[in-house]
Amino acid sequence: MTEQAERQTLTPEQYLEAQNSPEFAELRRRFRRFAFPLTVVFLAWYLLYVLLSTYASDFMSRELFGNVNIGIALGLLQFVSTFVITMLYARHANKNTDPIADKIRDELEGRPDV
Amino acid sequence: MSERTLQAVDDAATVGEPILNIAIFLAFVVVTLYITFRASRNNRTAADYYAAGRTITGSQNGLAIAGDYLSAASFLGIAGAIAVYGYDGFLFSIGFLVAWLVALLLVAELLRNTGKYTMADVLAFRMRQGPVRTAAAVSTLVVSLFYLLAQMAGAGGLVSLLLGVSGSGAEAAVVIVVGGLMIVYVLVGGMRGTTWVQIIKASLLMVGALIMTVWVLARFGFNLSSLFGSAADVSASAATPRDVLAPGAQYGATATSQLDFVSLGLALVLGTAGLPHVLMRFYTVPTAKDARKSVVWAIWLIGVFYLFSLILGYGAGALVGADTILASPGAVNSAAPLLAFELGGTALLGVISAVAFATILAVVAGLTITASASFAHDIYASVIKKGVKTDSSGVNEVKVARITACVIGGIAIVLGILALQAGLNIAFLVALAFAIAASANLPTILYTLFWKNFTTQGAVWSIYGGLIVCVGLIIFSPVVSGAPVNPATGLSPSLFQDVDFHFFPLNNPGIVSIPVSFFLGWLGTKLSKERPNVEKYGELEVRSLTGIGAEKAIYH
Repeated sequence: MTEQAERQTLTPEQYLEAQNSPEFAELRRRFRRFAFPLTVVFLAWYLLYVLLSTYASDFMSRELFGNVNIGIALGLLQFVSTFVITMLYARHANKNTDPIADKIRDELEGRPDV
Repeated sequence: MSERTLQAVDDAATVGEPILNIAIFLAFVVVTLYITFRASRNNRTAADYYAAGRTITGSQNGLAIAGDYLSAASFLGIAGAIAVYGYDGFLFSIGFLVAWLVALLLVAELLRNTGKYTMADVLAFRMRQGPVRTAAAVSTLVVSLFYLLAQMAGAGGLVSLLLGVSGSGAEAAVVIVVGGLMIVYVLVGGMRGTTWVQIIKASLLMVGALIMTVWVLARFGFNLSSLFGSAADVSASAATPRDVLAPGAQYGATATSQLDFVSLGLALVLGTAGLPHVLMRFYTVPTAKDARKSVVWAIWLIGVFYLFSLILGYGAGALVGADTILASPGAVNSAAPLLAFELGGTALLGVISAVAFATILAVVAGLTITASASFAHDIYASVIKKGVKTDSSGVNEVKVARITACVIGGIAIVLGILALQAGLNIAFLVALAFAIAASANLPTILYTLFWKNFTTQGAVWSIYGGLIVCVGLIIFSPVVSGAPVNPATGLSPSLFQDVDFHFFPLNNPGIVSIPVSFFLGWLGTKLSKERPNVEKYGELEVRSLTGIGAEKAIYH
C-alpha cells in the first residue's frame, strides 16, 4: 500500500488570507452567480408544475396532440429542463470555476509555510 | 386486460416459475458475493472500508448512485403507481429526479472537498464537534432506519408473488435471508464490495427496464399517444374507474389530500440532497470533479430510468389492468413483474424478479454501511473516544463499524418483519424518509456551506428540531392512526387499527417540518451566545471551493 499523500494543512491565517484574496472572491462569485439563481429557477419551475397539477387539474388535462395532455407534456419538459441544467452546470464548472480553483489550490500548495 | 395473467394470478397466487426466479436470484447472489470477496482483499484502512479508498471513477460512481437511488420503491412503486393512478405516480418520479439538481449545484462537490467519511464530517466542520456530530449521527440513523424498513418490508411483500412462498412465516424467512446477505456484503466487502453490488444491480435494472420499454412500445406501434389512450380506456372501465391521464386520481379528492400532495412534492425535491447514504457515495471518488461527473451520470441514468417507468407504468395499466394488479398478492408493487409476465412469460418474469431482489439487496447494503459508518466514525471515534489519534489507520473504528453493521442488520430484520405484518406501503415509507432527510439534514447542510454566521446552536436546533417535528407529525398523522376505514377491505390504512390519536391531517409532514427546521437554524444562530467560528468558516469555504486539503485517493 502506498502511503497516503501527506495532506496539505494551512494555518488559519493562511486560509483567511486566501479567503480574502480577490482571486478567491472571483471564484466564489462565479460559483454563486451561477448556482444560486439556477436553483431558484428550477425550484420555482418544479413548484409551479406541482401546484398546477394539484390546483389546475382541468388545465393540465387539456389535450395537446392525440392523448398527450398539457400535464404530461409539462412533466416531460421537467425531464428536459433537468437534463439541460445538468449540462449547463457541468460546462460552466469546467470552463469557468475549475481553472480558477485549480490555480488557487496550486498556489496554496506551493507555499506550505509562508 | 389479459386472460393469461388473470388466470395465473387466480390459479396459484403466484405467477411464473418460482424455481426459475430463485435460480436467477441465486446466480446474482453468487456473482456479487464472489466480487465482494475479491474486493475485500484491498480493504485495509478506514478509508477503504468507508469510502472504497476513494478510487471509484466518476462514471462507476454514477452507476452506483443510480443503484442506490433506484430502490424497490422507485422500480416497483413508481411503475405501479403510474399503472393504477397514472399521472399522480408520474409526479413522484419527477420530484425524485429534479431533486438531484440540488445535490449537483449546491452539495456534491463542496461535500467531497471538505468531508472524510460521513455527512457529519461536514456538518460538524466549523462547529463544536460533540453536539453537532451526535445530532447528525442520530438523524443519519433515523433516516437510514426508515429507509431500511421500507426496503425490508418490500422484500418480504414481493415474495408471495415472485418466489411462490406465502404465509407470514415464509415472508419473515425471506426478510431474514435478505438481511443476512446484506450483513455479509457489508462485513466482507465494505464500501468497495457494496459499490460493485450497486453497479451490477444498476446495470441489470437499466437493461431490464430498457428491454421491457421497447417491448411495450412495440405492442403499441411505437406510438405514445395510442399507449396512453389504451391505458386510459382500460382504467376507465375498471372496477374503480380512474382518469389516469389527468392529475388527481390519487390525491385530488379533497383540499387536505391536495395539500398533502404539495407537501409530498416538497419533501421529494428537498430530500435527496439530505439522504446520508447518497451523500456518503460522494466520498468514494478521487476528487470533487469526479463527484460532479458522478452526479451528471446519475442524473442521466435516473432520468432515463424514470422515462422507462412512465412507459412501463402505462404499459402495465393498458396490458395488465389496474384490477388485476390490485388483486394480486403484491398489489400496486406487482405491476412491473406482472407486465414482464404478460410480455415475455416466465423467462422475463424471472429476470425482472431477480432484478427486483437484487435492487432491494443492494440498497439495504448501502444503507447499512452508511448507518454503521456514522455510528463508528461520528459517535464512537469522535464523541466517545474524543478523536484520540491512537488509531491512525482506523482499524478499531472499522471494527466498531462492522459490529454496528450486524446490530443494524438485526434491527432492520426485526422491524422489517413487523412492518411487513402491518402491511405498510413501501413508496410511502420512502417518502417519509425523504421528508425526515429534508427536514433534519438539508437546512444544516446549506447553512453550514453558505452562511458565515451559522453557529453550533443553530445547527443543533435545526437538526433536532427538524427531526422531532417531522417524526412527531408522522406519529400524529393518519399514517399511524385514525385514517378512515377502507370499505373494500374493512381495514384502516393506518398502522394501528381501532385507535385514533391523530391531529395532523397530512400524511407527509414536509410542508410544515422543512420550513420549521430552516427557521430553527436561523433562530438558534441569532439567539446563540457564542460567536461564529470565523477562522473555521474561512477554512471551510476555501477548502470547499478549491479542494485544497481534500482527502486523497489511496491506490494499492
